[in-house]
Formats: sequence, C-alpha cells, structure tokens
Amino acid sequence: MEPVCLPALSRVAICGGTHGNEMSGVYLVRELQRQKLEKAGSATLTTVISNPRAVQVCKRYTDMDLNRCFTDAILSSPVTDATPYEVRRAQELNTLLGPKGNVGAMDLVCDLHNTTANMGLSLISYSVQDWVIMHIYRQVQRKITSAPVRFILLDLPLADAYSQDSLGKHGFSIEVGPQPHGVVRADIFNIMKEAVDQTLDWVQCFNSGSAFEGGEVDDVYTFVKSVYYPRDPETNQITAAIHPQVQDHDFCLLHPGDPMFLMFSGEIVKYEGEEVLHPFFVNECAYYEKSIAFHLARKMTVTIPPLQVKRD
Amino acid sequence: MYNTTELCSVVSGHSSPAAILCKCTTRTAFISQLVKKRQPWILLPGNFQRLLSRVLKLALSSEGLYQLFNIPAFTTAMTSSTNVSCFHEARRVAIFGGTHGNEMSGVTLVNLWIQNGKEIHRKGVETKPFITNPRAVEKCTRYVDTDLNRAFTTENLSAPSGDDLPYEVQRAQQINEIFGPKGSPEAYDVIFDLHNTTSNMGCTLILESSKDHFNLQMMHYIKKAIAPDSCPVLLTEHPLLKYSTSRSVAKHPVGLEVGPQPQGVLRSNIFESMRVVLKHALDFIELFNEGLEFPPCTVDVFRVSEKMDYPRDTNGNIIAMVHPNLQDCDWEPLNPGDPMFQTFDGTTLRYEGAGTVYPTFINEAAYYEKQQAFVTTRRETLAAGAIKKNIGQSYSV
Repeated sequence: MEPVCLPALSRVAICGGTHGNEMSGVYLVRELQRQKLEKAGSATLTTVISNPRAVQVCKRYTDMDLNRCFTDAILSSPVTDATPYEVRRAQELNTLLGPKGNVGAMDLVCDLHNTTANMGLSLISYSVQDWVIMHIYRQVQRKITSAPVRFILLDLPLADAYSQDSLGKHGFSIEVGPQPHGVVRADIFNIMKEAVDQTLDWVQCFNSGSAFEGGEVDDVYTFVKSVYYPRDPETNQITAAIHPQVQDHDFCLLHPGDPMFLMFSGEIVKYEGEEVLHPFFVNECAYYEKSIAFHLARKMTVTIPPLQVKRD
Repeated sequence: MYNTTELCSVVSGHSSPAAILCKCTTRTAFISQLVKKRQPWILLPGNFQRLLSRVLKLALSSEGLYQLFNIPAFTTAMTSSTNVSCFHEARRVAIFGGTHGNEMSGVTLVNLWIQNGKEIHRKGVETKPFITNPRAVEKCTRYVDTDLNRAFTTENLSAPSGDDLPYEVQRAQQINEIFGPKGSPEAYDVIFDLHNTTSNMGCTLILESSKDHFNLQMMHYIKKAIAPDSCPVLLTEHPLLKYSTSRSVAKHPVGLEVGPQPQGVLRSNIFESMRVVLKHALDFIELFNEGLEFPPCTVDVFRVSEKMDYPRDTNGNIIAMVHPNLQDCDWEPLNPGDPMFQTFDGTTLRYEGAGTVYPTFINEAAYYEKQQAFVTTRRETLAAGAIKKNIGQSYSV
C-alpha cells in the first residue's frame, strides 16, 4: 500500500465516566487531573469526566445513556425543559470536544469504558480505514501482554455514530473487562492505564515524525447482529442464563449447534445460525434492559499502509 | 464390629417391606459404606436413608444399633449419657430473594419457585419463597431509600408505621409481621436469605449466632454434602459489626452469599451453585423433621474481626485500590507485611496488623459507600451438640 501522510494530532482528549459506574475511567481521569497532565509531547491533553451526575450516584446514567446521544440528530435537536440531562450534556461535550465533523474538533478522542464481559482489552471504533486508529491499535496490541487486545468495528456512517469518541477527527473507545460496575479492580485499572500510556506514546512518536511501517493487523471483529435472551411468552420473564460454554468465552468460536443458553428448567438452547461467528459483550449487565445477551461478530484481518505525520 | 455378610443377614432376617427392598443388589454396597465410614447418612440418597433408618429401628433396639455399628449417626435414641438438644420440628421455612434488588441469583430463583414450587417442596414443611424488596428488584438496584438488610433494628420495627417512613423501613415492618414477630414463638423457624457479592467468596454461609446448634448442624451437613467443593461459614456475631438482617426475623436465620457475580448480572454457574446449596439445606430440614438425630460435630468458621476501609484523601475520595495480590483472595491468609492496596500511581500499601487474618468481602461493590474495602476474620472451631426433633411428636414408620 502507498504510504499515507496525515496531519499531526495536536489536541487529544481522554474521557472517563461516560457511564458513571464504569470505574477504571473515572479514577484514571481523576489521577491524570491530579498529576496535572496537560501535555503529551507537543500535543495538548484535555481530560474530561463526561457524565458527572451519573458518576456522583455511581449509575450508568441518570435519564438516558449518554453514550447513545452523539448522533447528528440528537446533537442538533432543540433543547427544552423536557430534554434529558444526558442530551444537554452531549451537546455541551460537542462544544467542548467537537463540533462533530468540523475542523475545530479534537484531533483524537479516547473514551474509557468497562464491561462485565470477559473482553480483555478492546478498542472500538467506526472505521478500519482510519490509519491513525489502526496504527494505535497495532502498537497497543504489540506492547500489551497483560490482556488479550482486539479491535471491534461498528460499521456505521458518521452521522449515525452514537458514541462520544465520534466527536473527534479520530476517535475510539477503550473497553476493559471483566469488571463489575461500581467496582475498581487494580488489574483492570492497570490494563487501562497501559492502553492510555501506549496511545499517548504513539501520538508523541507520530507527532515527532516517526515512520510507522505498514502491514497486517488481525483480531479485528465486525459487529454482525445481537442475540436476545429467551423469554416466557406469557410472563415476559427471562427463562435462561447464558450457557457456561459461552459465559466468559468472548471472541471464541460459536458454531451452529453449539449451546447458547441454559434454561432454568435444564434444557439447552442452541445456536441455529448458519455462519460461525464470535460472541462478544457476553453477559454485559447494561444490556439486560435491551434484552441483549451478547453480540456476534465476524473476524477479519486488515492491511494498513505505512504512516507518517504530514510536514507543513 | 459385624462384617458385611452378617449385617446383611441381620437386615434381611426381618420381614418388613423395607427390609425386603434392602435385599436388592445394592444393599451390600450401601451397608459396607455404613460400616466403613463415619456419618454415612450424608452419602446415601435421601430415600435409602429413610428406608434404612426405618428398617434398622424395627430390627434393632437403640442399644443394639449403637453397639452394632458403632457409628453415632445411626442412633436415633442415644444412651442417656449423651446430651441432645431437642428442637421443634422446622415446619415454617422461608426463602428470601431480592433483599438487594440487583443480586440476581436470589431474585431469579425465588421468582422461579413462586411460579412452580416443586423443587423446594419437602414433606411436612411449608417452604415459602418471597421477594423481600420488590421495588428495588423492579429498578434492579440495591435499595430504593435505605438498605433493607440493615433495616430490621428494634427501633425500626417498633416505630409507628406510616407512609413517611423510608420504603425499606415500611417493608421491614411488613416482613416482620408476616414472618415474625422477631424474637417471638410465632416467628418462622428458618429463613434462607439469598445474596450475591462481587467478591470471590464462593458459596458462603452466614451464621449470626455461635450458639445456634440447629444452624451449626445444618451448615455442617451442607459442607459435607458439597465436599470437595468448599462452603465457608462466616460468623457475623460481633458487638459492633453485626447488622440487623431481614432473615433475623426467624428463629434460625441463614444467609447464603454466592460470588463473584456483578450486580445486575445472572451467571449460570453462580445460579446453579446457590440452587444446590439450598437443596442440601432443605434436605437437612426434612431429615431433621423425620426424627433423625444429628450427633455432636464441630464446624470451622470465620468470625468477623475488623472492617478495613480504603485509604482516602481529605475529601473522602478513595486514593487506592485493593492490591492485585489481595483481589479475589477471600478466605486466604493475609499476613502482616503482605500487599493490601495499590495507589492509582502505583505505590503498594501493606497490611500492618498484629497477626494473620482471613479477609473476606474483598472489593464488594456495595461496600464502597459503607467505607469497607474488606473485612478481616479469624478462624475458630465451634462445637455443636447433638440435636433432634422434640420427642412426643409422632411420625409414621
């Protein structure tokens, strides 16, 4: 592939507490603020607690999920007395870190999350052709050995991108698990800190002119579909738990005929799709309200070009 | 001791239907177990236990039983030199779920059993599954106004009722009326209170009084039944640290705390473990009610000692996390000098107590607001005397 030159990343944002009970990001951002970390080499660093009200009460959100409020539609909706807190906050964050899609936006937005699923360290973004993000992923994957590192692609156009990281010219979420919500585990915190350190390290190297060679990155997973909990048709109660062979087995293979759910009555519900896919976000607490047990993904490898900063 | 062949002939010499059944091919295996092992009841399926119990009561006098087997578990009426505590039949048993609305195993199990109680049915026992905090369950939150599992204080239970009281206090009063009153003869015999924790506590049984011989015998039975899996017993008897639980309304309160499981999440393995422990607990009650005598035993417990908070700054914010070496190490020894916390910038803080302790409830989500990173415990062995159902209550053979 032809080498690519991209502008320097002069303004970087690290966000925590987008969900108020995902504690690694909350404490990591507070620690960065305590250390008064304001620069990463030539780049300025902005740290944000995205949803302070939710952090205060240690809940995912107060009115609605902040991390679904960054679509073009919601960001441009008029504010009334009835507007949920998180919509107003999203519009504030859009002013601070964006405007989304605009030349004035942050060069890089990195949003910190935890999950109850056994996903190790996952970087999540909307494109596998954002070479800045792909090179960051490759560095993180090479340098971090304390957890498996993977990339998850949400294949959506920018207007429909709903998460906070979409505010920046380049953006991604760092998702680390498993960790219960409301809890800070030292091992999980340390992984997230390593990921942030590697990201800022890459930014500094990139900005100072390092040439990053092209190649292949693997362990890239594209979202295909969601799998829902089985429910009793009369009472609407969930009637099964995720099967022990899927529980904690994020990114493993799910073949047609493999067990998916273990009913409370003892029967097994099997996967009846035709394609071998990879479950992820297996048993994420926050997805119960949407009745989602897990998502399924297709695995792929991506070829990335050599990358260097554009000299003026 | 008699050998296996002689035992078989003793049993088979009797003409009751139970004895005839005992002539089946598995008889030898069962009887050889009885001879070789102490307290063999535990290892027998429930129905064979009942059969053999009846057969042998018919076949032999109590004195003969004792001499024949030299196995204390077998005797139903020991010689007068042994002290046996007699308890009333445990006829009213409740199973509480949703005391904390986001602890999903108990919520799910109780809802299941409310719809179909067959699994928890035991002869002669009323087993009532009950959701204690329905509003918290609906919102999938620990509590609405205040922690229900701290609300059963004398002050709360005796306060005049009213809508202005916090929801959970009103609820405590209602529960006390249905299952209590706490401390009275009308109170339920046993309440099992189902909880989950984010701590790696496995299947922990919580005991409130070191003098509750009935509960000690039950816990002993459960521990043996699930061996080699372990079932630690946490004794919360402590002048300052003991709290007023929903189950404390009953004569014999039993807490069941299973983890690790995140709040709001249902894990299949945790759910099934809880289900199995409860099954054994109900089996114990059924055996007890049938008149089985449980001989003296000892139970290793962990007695709560001290609450340890996170290090905090002057604003009350935590400045360190449970150290990776301590995280998930519930019930393992923590020695002076061992790592205990890690600050956010990487410094290790060490345990500076006088001696070895056994921490538990390590990094429980709900305890951040209660200023508790973990609680230390000390190991103790409690002795329980023999127990059996009150004589004078007849049972059919």
